Amino acid sequence: MSVLSALARLEAVDAGRARPLATVRHCHLADAPLLMVPLRLAGEAAAPLAVLLGTDRADPALLVVPQPRNRDLRFAFAAELAKVVLEHVEASRGAAEPLGPGRDGEERVRYTGAPQILVPNGGGAAFLRLLGRSTRFRRTEGPHAVEAAVPALGRWLTWFAERRDRPGSSLLLALTDALRLHWATGQSALEDANLAALLGWIDPPAGLDGPAAAARAEDPLRCPPAGPATDPTFDNEVLAPAIAAWDASGGDPRAEARLRAALESQLVPTWDAAWHAVDLLRALPPGASVADRWERDRDAFTLFHAGFAEGVPQARRDSAVAAARRLHRLERAQEEYDARRAFDDPLVMAEYRLTGQAFAGTVAESDPTRLDESGKRPKLRPRVRIATPDPVRLEPGATVCSADRPALKGRIVESGAGDVLVELTGGLGRKLVPEPGAVPAEGDRVCFTSVVPGSFGPARFPESADTPWTHGGPPAEYVPTDSDAAEEWS
Amino acid sequence: MTENTADTAPDLDRLRAGAPPRNHDARTIAALTANPGCARRGVLDAAGVDKDAVARHLGFGTPFGQSQFALARGNAFEAQVKADGCAELLTLLRDRLGLAVAEVFYDDLAVEDGESREARHARTRRLLARALDSAEGTLFDHPMLRLDIAGHPAYLEPDVIAFQLGGRFHVVEIKSFAVVDGQAEPEQVAAAARQAAVYVLALRRLVAELGHDPARVAHEIFLVCPEDFSNRPSATPVDVRPQLAVLERQLARLTRVRDILADLPPDLSFALDEGLGDAVRAVGARYAPECVSGCEMAYFCRDEARACGATGVLGRGVRDDLGGVDTVGAALALARGTAEPPAELAETAALLRTAARLRREALGGAA
Ligand code: SF4
Repeated sequence: MSVLSALARLEAVDAGRARPLATVRHCHLADAPLLMVPLRLAGEAAAPLAVLLGTDRADPALLVVPQPRNRDLRFAFAAELAKVVLEHVEASRGAAEPLGPGRDGEERVRYTGAPQILVPNGGGAAFLRLLGRSTRFRRTEGPHAVEAAVPALGRWLTWFAERRDRPGSSLLLALTDALRLHWATGQSALEDANLAALLGWIDPPAGLDGPAAAARAEDPLRCPPAGPATDPTFDNEVLAPAIAAWDASGGDPRAEARLRAALESQLVPTWDAAWHAVDLLRALPPGASVADRWERDRDAFTLFHAGFAEGVPQARRDSAVAAARRLHRLERAQEEYDARRAFDDPLVMAEYRLTGQAFAGTVAESDPTRLDESGKRPKLRPRVRIATPDPVRLEPGATVCSADRPALKGRIVESGAGDVLVELTGGLGRKLVPEPGAVPAEGDRVCFTSVVPGSFGPARFPESADTPWTHGGPPAEYVPTDSDAAEEWS
Repeated sequence: MTENTADTAPDLDRLRAGAPPRNHDARTIAALTANPGCARRGVLDAAGVDKDAVARHLGFGTPFGQSQFALARGNAFEAQVKADGCAELLTLLRDRLGLAVAEVFYDDLAVEDGESREARHARTRRLLARALDSAEGTLFDHPMLRLDIAGHPAYLEPDVIAFQLGGRFHVVEIKSFAVVDGQAEPEQVAAAARQAAVYVLALRRLVAELGHDPARVAHEIFLVCPEDFSNRPSATPVDVRPQLAVLERQLARLTRVRDILADLPPDLSFALDEGLGDAVRAVGARYAPECVSGCEMAYFCRDEARACGATGVLGRGVRDDLGGVDTVGAALALARGTAEPPAELAETAALLRTAARLRREALGGAA
């Protein structure tokens, strides 16, 4: 939260509609993402009940576990789900584009595409993670054997879930998160977790305002929950009798059809809402750095896909050093992500302007050919004086760059009330006169910031073998065990 | 009982307008510790008013239902852990936690035919006294505990086991949410810890009444949950000292409800009639979005808070960001410069005005 987003919420209350928090889209949206709306059996950690899924909004597939307590039926469901997910992975990857040799001299490639999975909310993403955890250790031979697709599904879902921890990754997106990044509603964050209520504020149906649409979304009879938890009343009054009837019929297809119809009725409203969310996000123009971040996602995908056959182990838990490295990577990604979004979007840059780490204004004086002759050789050091109403909090000496052209770098010389003097040090060309247009002229609108994308230093961590005893000492290499494979799923 | 409660007790009974006080259980007592600053809740709870009935009558019922699948799962897991005199539980405490559990007496204190709650409580008390004297290994199942809530005894029938080892009692709480790779959902663990703290407190008070040191009831409880995706139980020790502290503070507050009542109309009553809405509104609330998961009055209070434009409905974070400005209208007036800020809000006002200008600029004047 920030004062800026708090103000946006106030505006939303006042207007009875959501207000924008972004002027561009900050996440990638694939041409054909795989939307999954999963439901879980109440009271169980990862017992799947049903999932409505597909890449075509007009033609979703419905997978159902008619008796969610039956282990064989669960694995049959997991195998069916695996087919859809694995097909999606293969269908999305595109061609392998050559990148030339890497530092080690080996040829590198990157797929032109990557699979994207969308779920309605954070709960859906957490459920996929648990589903991945509960299926990836399964063995395909010997006792407890399952179809080969089942552990493959587990490994892919685990990978998707781990990538989701990385700020700016778009491989697995929870639509409520994506929407909240771009709009502020007039309700609390807790209430925003309800996809239908959130959409009600952003794009209410004709004749309703945001609060009315959100209130309607809170009634489980009119608007079934977006999962993975089901509505308890639905469980007690519809689902339980339907499952009992299926049990009693000995798996009769008509009883199964009734059960499927009941579950479909709970899922379809969320399916439609999710595509509505996709439409709203697609209508925003993508931010300039979205393609870069998606390229990092494609890198990660190419790497995992290439190593998949070898079976890179995914431990139950990270060792201490791996966990610290991972945390460092994530922090770094977060800083970079925040900074890049600010350069893409004036509304995000406004956050930094409000805290004084950036300022915008009009050039009042410009000395584009100024030379610094104090050293042995003269240096081109143009100065610009900028009139700004922003609350600047940058000390003399602070390095800054231009929000519109980050290559243009400079240093704060003095900063007083309403006016900042910047000496330009880079991005001017190689000669003693600046390239035409490089130095902002009098009357130009400019924005400078001390935020630099990728300013975070590299990680310094001990090698795994040097893990200090305070962190458990060197970890044993992770090897999946028999007990992992035999783990109950009951 | 303190004098305070003796004074307020008749008032509290009148507030219920003749309805019997609602029974508290560990869940409702634990819920008392949520939003302790709310006077409305304090009064309703102290009087034992049925908040669910009140909210329904006002047209703001909350769907607090439970799925039969969740109930069935919970019951099955508990039955399994407790089967054969808690055989699985004992194995678990022995093996996983390395406790030297030798010989253990198992006493099921579950209800006997036609026995009143008072009689059951007396039986629990007797057995507990004996166990405290002998300090022998003991498992008590279904003890009937009692805790005074604002002067009224609340009987607690925990699905819980009190377990004595080496002269110390531990509370064992059985929950059916899964612990996967040593991690469970934090909200569920927190809720379980809050409930267990209620049992620890009730047990401590009983131990003290019996003339023993209340510290013989450990602040460390054992949470027994299914491990990973199986039905295999696992036990995790949880220190509930923080929850105990909050609970004790809040219970002490409830006995001071008299101070709140003193400012209320003398004929106030929460009878389910047409005056109910006004009666509820007469007691100040402090709505926050978290109320939705912890208090039956939430939708009523939210509606009221929204109607008066309270910034609290947007969440505590938003309210803090606004420097404590209470209403949406006031904050927007400061942001738009249409209201002169009082001196103490000058800084907040300047920040809001800048924020409004920055949003306007970035959105091309559309804001
Ligand atoms: S819902 Fe209302 S009565 Fe309950 S704690 Fe919140 S503000 Fe108080």
